[in-house]
Formats: sequence, structure tokens, C-alpha cells
Amino acid sequence: MPVTALPEGRRSWQRRTPRGQIAVWFGWLLAVAFTVFCWRVMTQGTIWAFVLDAPTQAADIGARMVPPRWSYFPSLLKPLWDTLNIATLGTLAAIVLSVPVAFLAARNTTPSAAFVRPLALFGIVASRSINSIIWALLLVAILGPGVLAGIVAIALRSIGFIGKLLYEAIEEIDEAQVEAIRATGASGAQTLAYGIVPQIMPAFAGISVFRWDINIRESTVLGLVGAGGIGLNLESSLNTLAWPQVTLILLLILATVVASEWVSAKVRHAII
Amino acid sequence: MSANPAPARRWRPSPFIANPWLRYALLAGAALYLALALGSIEVNWARLSDGWARGLRFVSGFLEPNFSRRWDDIVQGMIESLTMTVTSTVMGIAISVPIGIGAARNVVPRPVYFMCRAIIAVSRSLQEIIVAILLVAMVGFGPFAGFLTLSFATIGFLSKLLAEDIEDIDPAPVEAIRATGAPWPSLIAFGVLPQVAPRLLGLSLYRLDINFRESAVVGIVGAGGIGATLNTAIDRYEFDSAAAILILIIAIVMASEYISGLVRGRVK
Repeated sequence: MPVTALPEGRRSWQRRTPRGQIAVWFGWLLAVAFTVFCWRVMTQGTIWAFVLDAPTQAADIGARMVPPRWSYFPSLLKPLWDTLNIATLGTLAAIVLSVPVAFLAARNTTPSAAFVRPLALFGIVASRSINSIIWALLLVAILGPGVLAGIVAIALRSIGFIGKLLYEAIEEIDEAQVEAIRATGASGAQTLAYGIVPQIMPAFAGISVFRWDINIRESTVLGLVGAGGIGLNLESSLNTLAWPQVTLILLLILATVVASEWVSAKVRHAII
Repeated sequence: MSANPAPARRWRPSPFIANPWLRYALLAGAALYLALALGSIEVNWARLSDGWARGLRFVSGFLEPNFSRRWDDIVQGMIESLTMTVTSTVMGIAISVPIGIGAARNVVPRPVYFMCRAIIAVSRSLQEIIVAILLVAMVGFGPFAGFLTLSFATIGFLSKLLAEDIEDIDPAPVEAIRATGAPWPSLIAFGVLPQVAPRLLGLSLYRLDINFRESAVVGIVGAGGIGATLNTAIDRYEFDSAAAILILIIAIVMASEYISGLVRGRVK
């Protein structure tokens, strides 16, 4: 660290050399310039009159949103049940599909590191890169609107998530236990069942519950693109500008999300 | 060797849930739920068999993506998405750092802590797409609404993780700086932030990834970005163009994950 001697005999400490200081400063300058450039490009088409008008709009919408229309509640129960089903069945399907993918992707269990592993990893990245709403958009076009498209969308998005965390868990297992099982003359399937599976079981259960919690959150909005659940009611209420109904739906979504977070925290606590 | 050996004992792995009553109750409950849930799904088989051909067309679209038909729209959408991602991440970081510090129990007084935690809870409990709908209604269509949405979502994510990091820091350097008589801002600048800076950089890069992925979503409800292009392509059943857009999204996410992995490796 650079220390300069001051004329009166004291010594002064700096964090960086002058050259380092300039380099850091220049780096920040570049970052700021790039951000400003992006800002300029992004706001080219922005109509600032609308943006400045936003507080008035917000107050207007806010005034229309209260009070919530409580009498709408009974007709939301079926969509809520559908939403829970989309999340739960989608997670179950994803679990079934992601376990083999994870074993193919983990370095220590893959049958072929040169060919199968990259393929499995690509599958995981592709599934993770695309949000479940976009999957739903595609599947509604292919399968038609409804709960089924939502379930498949949730499943396709979750494969990547569960697969990635699970294959990382598999790569981190203690090889000594696997070695010990193998030394008894166990077959490949037995090694898997008694050497590897018990080690990843807690992580696996935790990951699944965690993803279920996220899926509840995501399944509430899948209806916006037609994939069933409470989002359908949100979409139709928004389209008819029925703001009191929108408030009630948002409150219900919030309650569902909080409840699912509570359940998943409890379950994970019980497992770990 | 005795004539009749002791009967062979069989070992079974201990069950995952120890209490047998709870185990069977959970199994029965799960079976009942599955039966009810599967029974309540309405499947339109005629529509499904209709969709089979479309599904095949989508898969073949992935094998032969069509970049050229909507190329201008794709470029425009990608520029919007990328600029929206950068600006919203920067804005999100700028707001999350103070809120993250405020939400760390060990460096601020209680009232500030509760206020910052409340902001985080609000930001985390609203999904991006709902926020985007409301913001589009307020500020109009276009990437500015998307920018606001993603900034808002970034705050909840970054502040929460940053606060948890600050709560886990080594208290000794903070104590040492406090012992020199330093005021609170110096305490944060020299005692706390240097300890969390590498992790903050890692989290910011991770959020940059997420913001790009989300920027594809907010376009569906009119908040600008590649999502709008994708939505149009799918609505017109142009699966080869849609596949081209999805391939671009996957490629950009892969590249940014690779780069952020490199950067994080160098910082540690």
C-alpha cells in the first residue's frame, strides 16, 4: 500500500497508488457513460407528458380501487383451486422429469461427460432462461387455453431450476460413502439407491418445496396469457376496468403467496 | 456350522418420516388431493389433437428458426430489452444499497430497520408482471414502464440479500473503526461495505441476468422490450420467428451467465 512522507515528517496512507486511482476513476467513468447512453436509447420514444402525469393517474386508479368488491369473492374460489393445482401438479411433473436430467448432468453420475452432460446442461439452461409466462404463452397457442397449459408451463420452467440445484447437490456428495457401498459388490442401481440418494434427499426435498412456493407465486399470473387460474379473472377484470375486483384479486394473491411462503418455511424447517 | 442357521435378517433403510401415523396420513392426504386435482382438470381433447400439429410446427421452428422475417422488430425489441436491463439494474443497485444497509439489524436503529424491511416486503410480494400492468396504466406503453418495474423488483431482491450479508459480517473491523471515534458514515464506508463488496458485485451481476429474463416478460403487457415482439410472433402462430427470439434469449442468458461466472471467479 502506498505511503507518502509529508514534508513535516508525518506519513500519509492511501488505499491506492495514483495510477490505480486513475484506473478506478476511469472505470467508473465508463460505467456511468454506458448507463447514460443506455438511458438515452431507452427513453427515445418515451412521452414525458404521460410520465409527469403518472401521479394523477396513480391517484385516480387508487381512488377507483377502494373499496374492494367483497361480493366477488365466492366466484374466485374455483380459480384459486385451479391456481393451486397448476402450481402443485406442475411441480410434481417437474420433479419427475428433472431427477433423471440432474443425474445425467452431474459430473460424477453422468454416463458420458463428453456427450450426454452438455446436452442435459443445455436443457437446464434453456428451461431456466425462459420465464413460465412465456412458456405459458407458447403452450396456450399449442394446447389451447386452460389449466393444462399452465401445468405444462410451470413444469417446463421448473425442470431447469430443480435440475440445476439438484445436480449441484449430487456433485457435492461425499464419495467415500458411494465407494463403501460399491465395495460391498452392489450393482449400479443399488449404489444409486443406498450411496447417493440418501445423501441428496434433504437437499432434494428442500429444493422441491422451495420451487413449489415460487410456482404458487407464478401460477397466480399465468392466467394473464390464458393459462387458467386466478390470473384469468385478473385479466378480465383489468380489461373491463373493474378496479374494485382487481383490488380483491390482488389481495387474494397476496394472501396466497404469504400462506405458501409460510407453509414452505415450515416444511423446510422440519426437513433440515 | 449349525444344522439350521438363524433366519436371515433383512435390513431396511429407515423411512423418511419416522412417525408411521403421520406417514400414512400424509400419503392418504396426498392421494386424495391428487385424485381431486386431476379430476378437476378439464381437458379439451379435440383442441389437444388440433394442437399436436402446431406443437410439431413449433419444434420444427426450433430446428429452422426464422431470423429474417421479423429482424427489424427483433433488433428493436432487443435494444429496448438490453437498455432497460442495464438502466434498471443500475437504478436498482443505487436504491438497494441504502435500503439494504437500513435493513441490517446490526448497523441501524430499530425504527429504520422496520421501515426498510417493510419496503423490501412490499417489493418482494408483488410480481413483476402485476407491477408492470399498473405502471403501464400510469406512465403509458413503452420501455420506461418496464424500466420502472424492473428497478422496483431489483430493490426487493438486492436489498434483502445485501441486508442478510451485512448481518453476517465479522464485527471486529466495525468495532475497530468505531474505537477510532469514526462517525456512522465512516463506519459504513470503511467497516461494513468493504466486507460485502465482492458479494454485492456477484449479486448485482446475477440480478442483471434476472432483469434481462424478466424484460422479456414485461413486454407481454405492453412495457416494451423483446416480449412484445415475441407476443406478436406467437399470436400470429409464426413459430419459426418465435423460436428465433427464444434462441436469442437463451444465447444471451448463457453468455451473461458465463461472463458473470468469470467476473465472480476473479473477484473472490
